[in-house]
Amino acid sequence: MGKTIAEKIFDAHHVDSPSGDVDVISLDAVFCHEITTPIAITDLMARGKDRVFDTSKIKAVIDHVTPAKDSKTAMQGKILRDWAVRHGIKDFFDIGRNGVCHAIFPEKGFVRPGFTIIMGDSHTCTHGAFGAFAAGVGTTDLEVGILKGVCAFKKPESIKVEISGTLDSGVYAKDVILSLIGKIGVNGATNKVLEFHGSVVESMTMDQRMTLCNMAVEAGATSGICAPDMVTVEYLWPFIKDEYASKDTHTSKDENSLKKVALEAFNKFTPDADAKYSSTIQMSVSNLQPQVTFGYKPDQVKPVAEMEGTPINQVYIGSCTNGRLEDLEIASSILKGKKIAASVRGIVSPATPEIYSKALDKGIIKIFMDAGFCVTNPTCGACLGMSNGVLADGEVCAATTNRNFNGRMGKGSMVHLMSPATAAASAIKGVITNSELYSA
Amino acid sequence: MKNFSGKALFLDRSDINTDEIIPAKYLTEITKEALKPYLLEDIVLKGFNPSTDIENMSVVITRDNFGCGSSREHAPWAFEVNGINIVIASGFARIFRQNMFNCGMMAVELEKDVIDRIFSLFAGKTTFVETNMEKMTFTFSTDGMADGTNDSSDGLREIIPFTVSEYDLALVKAGGWVNYADQNY
Ligand code: SF4
Repeated sequence: MGKTIAEKIFDAHHVDSPSGDVDVISLDAVFCHEITTPIAITDLMARGKDRVFDTSKIKAVIDHVTPAKDSKTAMQGKILRDWAVRHGIKDFFDIGRNGVCHAIFPEKGFVRPGFTIIMGDSHTCTHGAFGAFAAGVGTTDLEVGILKGVCAFKKPESIKVEISGTLDSGVYAKDVILSLIGKIGVNGATNKVLEFHGSVVESMTMDQRMTLCNMAVEAGATSGICAPDMVTVEYLWPFIKDEYASKDTHTSKDENSLKKVALEAFNKFTPDADAKYSSTIQMSVSNLQPQVTFGYKPDQVKPVAEMEGTPINQVYIGSCTNGRLEDLEIASSILKGKKIAASVRGIVSPATPEIYSKALDKGIIKIFMDAGFCVTNPTCGACLGMSNGVLADGEVCAATTNRNFNGRMGKGSMVHLMSPATAAASAIKGVITNSELYSA
Repeated sequence: MKNFSGKALFLDRSDINTDEIIPAKYLTEITKEALKPYLLEDIVLKGFNPSTDIENMSVVITRDNFGCGSSREHAPWAFEVNGINIVIASGFARIFRQNMFNCGMMAVELEKDVIDRIFSLFAGKTTFVETNMEKMTFTFSTDGMADGTNDSSDGLREIIPFTVSEYDLALVKAGGWVNYADQNY
């Protein structure tokens, strides 16, 4: 019988089946940040097991609150930093080189098709964009991952999501995923993998696929996955080309044929035509309008047009969902030559130093600053209401982030999730509004 | 094994998320004990006051998709340090559920109509839940004793069977996933 992407990955990593529906799998990477890892480290130390299964497979970053805002966050950073040094973890990203985990790890080429990845962070599903099985876990799973390089999961069942049609201008991956979550609900994919297919996904860039997969967990999914293809190969090429060049001992060294060899290798992790899915969702996006959330759950979604005029106090552009270069480019194309409303505080947080630096080179940062935005260093910051733009009671934020839970960006505040284009347009108007890029 | 019996706390809502269970601003704490005063601080639930209604409670009964949102294990820990080691619901978010068992705690799923029945019979009353791990049953009662010994005739009493997978049970018995993995891998 045919297999889904997740099933193929599980087969390739099987270690044990401790009971009927549970598989223990080996891990290709364990990602760590300073909020959930220090407790795992402290506990391992207390148990006399301060070890790591493989220093090259562990990647760590200080990203949630950086620079540290107080003694407690400084201590969290210190525990992670000391641990990375103690174990010789070379891929550790500290201040000056650090960025939002789900943006920086792919950017460094740490994610490959067919990989198994865990992290103590629910949006780890982002990395499924590369055809990997990547899942968020708690501190205990992380602890065992660090120590043993294994993790237990229910045998993955997948939902096939077929996205067809053509996106109107001004409508983006963010609008697609918000609309899907609106349809299936916050637990529409609980314990399932969302496997994204269709012409719309195929024509998405890796940045867009990451936006799509990032929010899979908001529908309860264990992971979101896109099948690896030439877009994946092109993105990863700087990191894998030496590997493929060295494999090519007899024939030509022509880059395109090497890329085809890579694609063939990745094709091991595309689903079989007769793979079995728990369900299939057909979604046409041809008439999709820009979307926005209106309540405290990410499935409370409406077209922006129906929310137009809603007052906002702050606009936040950033996060692992929409803080990448393409996102900043789109927002800046709307902000160019304009000023944000006097009543609005604008904050933009490029997700990684590389994104920041490229945005500087392209003049994007200047556009944001001229428009009246505050540009922060790369960090999660306000996304989870810990620093860099926490809201006051009763305030409203238009955000490109992924979670609008009550209190998420500050006690008593409201978050409206939307695309960078909608956020930029709303910043100028001072109220939620459709961007001029949108035309049906 | 931890204690899974005692007074029941009813949280009558679906989709209670981890930010409501323990807000992100407390994630800078590096001991579990420090989370104790903040459990359910931001919950949106009419008639529930976290500062008075959690004390002495041991078992949470709730609706669907409990624990959705972030992966923070601070959520189970915040329950644990308040003496609550078990949540009974009609459904859980995957990571929360796994975190519970990974900590040697229990997240038990019952059919929606069973949960509906428990709410209609017991919510709003002082209710005790006696969990029998051998027979795999919960005894819900309003007749006073957590151990079910009081046979006062005006009390309500319901015996409800539950199932936990062999693997989840092994985690509970081992005291969590670290111990289990250490013994097995
Ligand atoms: S940007 Fe927000 S959602 Fe993403 S990892 Fe950071 S806190 Fe989590």
